[in-house]
Amino acid sequence: MELSTIIELLGTGAITSVQIFLFTLVGALPLGLLVSFGRMSKLLVLRWFVRLYISLMRGTPLILQLFIVYFGPYYVLGIQMGADYRFTATLIAFILNYAAYFSEIYRSGIESMPRGQYEAATVLGYSRTQTFVRIIFPQVVKRIIPPMTNETITLVKDTALAFTLGVAEMFTQARAIVASQGNLIAFLIAGIFYYGFNAVVAFIMERVEKAFAYYHE
Amino acid sequence: MSSPEHNILRITNARKSFGDTEVLRDISLSVNAGEVVAVIGPSGSGKSTLLRCATLLERLDSGSLCYDGEPVAQLDEHGCMVYASAKALQAIRMKFGLVFQDFNLFPHFSVMRNITDPPINVQKRNKQEVYEEAQALLKKMGLQGKEDAMPCELSGGQQQRVSIARALALNPEILYFDEPTSALDPELTGEILRVIRALAAERMTMVIVTHEMNFAREVADRIIFMDEGYIVEQGSAKTLVDNPQHERLKAFLNKLET
Ligand SMILES: Nc1ncnc2c1ncn2[C@@H]1O[C@H](COP(=O)(O)OP(=O)(O)O)[C@@H](O)[C@H]1O
Ligand SMILES: [Mg+2]
Repeated sequence: MELSTIIELLGTGAITSVQIFLFTLVGALPLGLLVSFGRMSKLLVLRWFVRLYISLMRGTPLILQLFIVYFGPYYVLGIQMGADYRFTATLIAFILNYAAYFSEIYRSGIESMPRGQYEAATVLGYSRTQTFVRIIFPQVVKRIIPPMTNETITLVKDTALAFTLGVAEMFTQARAIVASQGNLIAFLIAGIFYYGFNAVVAFIMERVEKAFAYYHE
Repeated sequence: MSSPEHNILRITNARKSFGDTEVLRDISLSVNAGEVVAVIGPSGSGKSTLLRCATLLERLDSGSLCYDGEPVAQLDEHGCMVYASAKALQAIRMKFGLVFQDFNLFPHFSVMRNITDPPINVQKRNKQEVYEEAQALLKKMGLQGKEDAMPCELSGGQQQRVSIARALALNPEILYFDEPTSALDPELTGEILRVIRALAAERMTMVIVTHEMNFAREVADRIIFMDEGYIVEQGSAKTLVDNPQHERLKAFLNKLET
């Protein structure tokens, strides 16, 4: 394998890994909030359904969920998916899985808010939506930054699981190169990539935390 | 609005239970425009619950609640408690303000934003006008220069004054206080009492739950003594304190003195 080919393979792998990471966040952060609403809903049926979903997502391996999402359409519905379904299936599984984790973080944040904040807002005439958007949620965000940072760092490493569906992300590419080259340099580069990626994530989350340090409770 | 006998609040035969605990038993209370009413009584007697029902944070089980003669809640012909529509209640909420024992300021908003956000976003009032009024309120509360401070940077007494300004910024007809000095160090209670005294001098209609007997006696037109969910005795501040009739009130006053 040419050096230029190796660099190209690792480069596209890195881009794919970053894409999985970003798309998962963009999907799972809002979906997780919706799920947390369902989890706290007054409707018993919805609440139990969402509870079951969360416990399944958290109680089974992500790798198994990846396979079910990937092979489900064919084995369950008899639908033949195209080749690019690998990537879509990866995103679906990651978003569903991470939304479950995020939803529990949102819920713990929302439930940790003192009742007095809701009561003050109600007496001042804020509607329920205004109370959530203006008063509760901004404070919840500050409270959940540390657990969210943990999940985000886990997500960076979990992107390597897309390897199991043959998505050409960093780990898949490195493994192919290692097999053809007979040395571990590509794995070393992959390791440095994940480590650097997480350093950037940690740096950004620290910035976010600082941005919320203008008040404490 | 300010005819001398204009009832701002009228509660009749109010009852409220939490589970098996009857907390309010047949409470009737009217407050006229410009009147200052102090509510006293031992802890657990239902004072906070009374304010919470008046401010729609809790719902009465029975009785009636009116603001400015408009029924907010009453019994229907089947004896069921009926509240006005959600929209009507939202309008009613603009008639009163509530100052909490533990302030409940919004910690992520500056002092200025705490005061101006409700008039701007709830009442949809003109920003410029709201800011000017807020400046005047801050001055009145002795908080000039604190506009940009965050609540966490203020003393308890300052925070409570911000919360009073926040309530006043919506121009309520009546202001409720639930033990506004109880969460404060003793040396900070004076500044709150001074602010309330100044409001009383402007004939602001107020209902104040307090343990500060001297203050109640001095500032209130009427004192209400509650015990075990009943209004046991009420009267002008002086007669009630200096010449209590009921044994329970006598016992309560004696206990406060020692
Ligand atoms: N949300 C609630 N649930 C159950 N019991 C309550 C609730 N709020 C108040 N109580 C009970 O009602 C009684 C009166 O409480 P409260 O109105 O706070 O009295 P006070 O303000 O005079 O001290 C107390 O026994 C209290 O435990
Ligand atoms: Mg109380």
